Amino acid sequence: MSDSAPVIASSHPNDGLLRADRFPHILCPGCGIGTVIHCYVDAMAASGVDLQQHVCVSGIGCSGRAAGYVNVDSYHTTHGRALPFALGIAVHKPELRVTVISGDGDLAAIGGNHLIHAARRNVDLTVICINNFNYGMTGGQAGPTSPRGSHTATAPEGVLDRPFNLPDLARAAGACMVSRWTILHVRQLRDAILRGLNKPGFSFIEALSPCPTNFGRANDLADGMAEMDVYRQRCRIAEGLPDFDDLDIDLTDESRPIYVGDFVDIEREPFHPVGEVPA
Amino acid sequence: MTAAAAATGRVLSGTHFMLGDHACAEGALAAGMDFFGGYPITPSTEIAERLAARLPAVGGKFVQMEDELGSIMAIVGASAAGARSFTATSGPGFSLMMESIGLAAMMEIPIVIVDVQRASPSTGLPTMVGQSDILQARWGSHGDYGIAAFSPDSPQECFDLTVHAFNVADRYRIPVFLLMDEVVAHMTERVEIPAADAIVRYPRKGPDHAPGEARHLPYAVGEDGVPAIAHAGEGHRVHMTGLTHDERGYPALNAATHDALVNRLVDKVRLNAADIQMYEELELDDAETVVVAFGCTSRSAREAVKLARERGMKCGMLRLQSIWPFPESRVRALLDQGTVRRFMVPEVNLGQLRREVERLTQLPIVRVNHAGGAMPTPTQLLEAMQ
Repeated sequence: MSDSAPVIASSHPNDGLLRADRFPHILCPGCGIGTVIHCYVDAMAASGVDLQQHVCVSGIGCSGRAAGYVNVDSYHTTHGRALPFALGIAVHKPELRVTVISGDGDLAAIGGNHLIHAARRNVDLTVICINNFNYGMTGGQAGPTSPRGSHTATAPEGVLDRPFNLPDLARAAGACMVSRWTILHVRQLRDAILRGLNKPGFSFIEALSPCPTNFGRANDLADGMAEMDVYRQRCRIAEGLPDFDDLDIDLTDESRPIYVGDFVDIEREPFHPVGEVPA
Repeated sequence: MTAAAAATGRVLSGTHFMLGDHACAEGALAAGMDFFGGYPITPSTEIAERLAARLPAVGGKFVQMEDELGSIMAIVGASAAGARSFTATSGPGFSLMMESIGLAAMMEIPIVIVDVQRASPSTGLPTMVGQSDILQARWGSHGDYGIAAFSPDSPQECFDLTVHAFNVADRYRIPVFLLMDEVVAHMTERVEIPAADAIVRYPRKGPDHAPGEARHLPYAVGEDGVPAIAHAGEGHRVHMTGLTHDERGYPALNAATHDALVNRLVDKVRLNAADIQMYEELELDDAETVVVAFGCTSRSAREAVKLARERGMKCGMLRLQSIWPFPESRVRALLDQGTVRRFMVPEVNLGQLRREVERLTQLPIVRVNHAGGAMPTPTQLLEAMQ
């Protein structure tokens, strides 16, 4: 090592929280998924709950690989079905802190039915939905959050259909905590995840994240920093309960803000299938 | 119902006049099942209804899921956390579960699924009998993997084989199916439920060390080919994936690891077939005609064999209590005994099990098939024998 850069630290503070023996990871340069994973493990460490009580469940896709890098009981499941798998764990062992990390396609397209029903039941889960506006793992196809007009491998002339407004969907379905941040907002994102971990019931946190390799290249955001610049220039922090229609994201309309913030935080009895029927 | 159920406890020991679906539910309770995730579907619904009343009263969790895609994954997740978990469905729901059955096989998470078969394909005849999910149970999810499937012929066996199914699932860490049919599910008969301490329950094999003492390798195996299972929350920090994985549970995306893993998944059942398979023999010693039957169809076959014997015909029956693994060694032994001149395979499908017999013999096979909605009568089978 003497010929190269000096070693300034023999370990990373998060080494014990990550499966370091799985590195190098599969994620592309400029991808935001690693940042979200760091926010999650930081939040776990700050949760006051032993790591042995944390469980991470993922579906399929780039974001679905998150479960493979965190050093807790972790499950990389079928496409779209992370939520019912996590429900099974959370209901059988209510003492565990179960987190689902997956992508927008996994949670809102193929798994969309489970998303609204898990929110409706208020299952005690923290859901981190990494939204990179496309199917990254398969090469950049259009997904349920791809902005109208954006170019993808399956919409070469531009996406025609309207994307999901995920915070609005989660709120309408019954989530008791709803936030949206980007990977530029690492403190706020980590704090939102921490609140979700310690909040009984269904917490939904959307994390906007660049995919320069696929979505970015097709939409003039190919540089690793390009989408981060968009976040910096256009994100506005919503104070209090916003008008949820304002949370629609249109990357192509530069005059339109992208609202981030902690939108919903209410108390509601979490799902307990052997609990008393509410009066 | 709930208060009464609470008073009766998990094992309803005693003699009952009981519906097949209810006997199945009671078998699951007696086996220690503590998580049910399901979606209503005829003709299995009575299983869910019974458990909705009975399971919470004994401390288990009953969850009616949003669909069968969710049901199967809820029970796989609960089992990953240590639950003996269970669902009940019929053909259309069974079809929806297929992808995640493959996940359970690949992660080696034990689950038990009841498929009360109805006349199919598609929506078919929802309230009428079928036996046409035989091959789907064996091959329905993509790829090669090992499973077991049992087929009760009576409410009593709905109870007994459900208990057995949980033990096989836990012993081999595989998905296990109960291939019931609408006739047996909706039949009410005498059911004897043993005393609680007479119910055999095999515990899952766990790690041989405490968390932190050594690293638990989730997919390291000994001679039996079955890894020890550490559940979520037990402190071993496991990783499990549907991707091809190494002993650590980490993705290992190469052909050699894949070949070894998939062979092991298949061999867990193939090499232990003698331990898993179950069948009943009736009048086989000198049989010239051997009926291979299962489920409701075997009830007609039993009567037909009796009638045939009264007429001096040398008929016998091999009744499959396990369809998968198919008792291949027993059929080969029958062929070796030299008396058998032909087989008969009556089924409420167009010849799914018959293929297994065809695979083993050149002897003629009498076909008695109905596509669904009706089962063969003893007289029809007797006529086909003559």
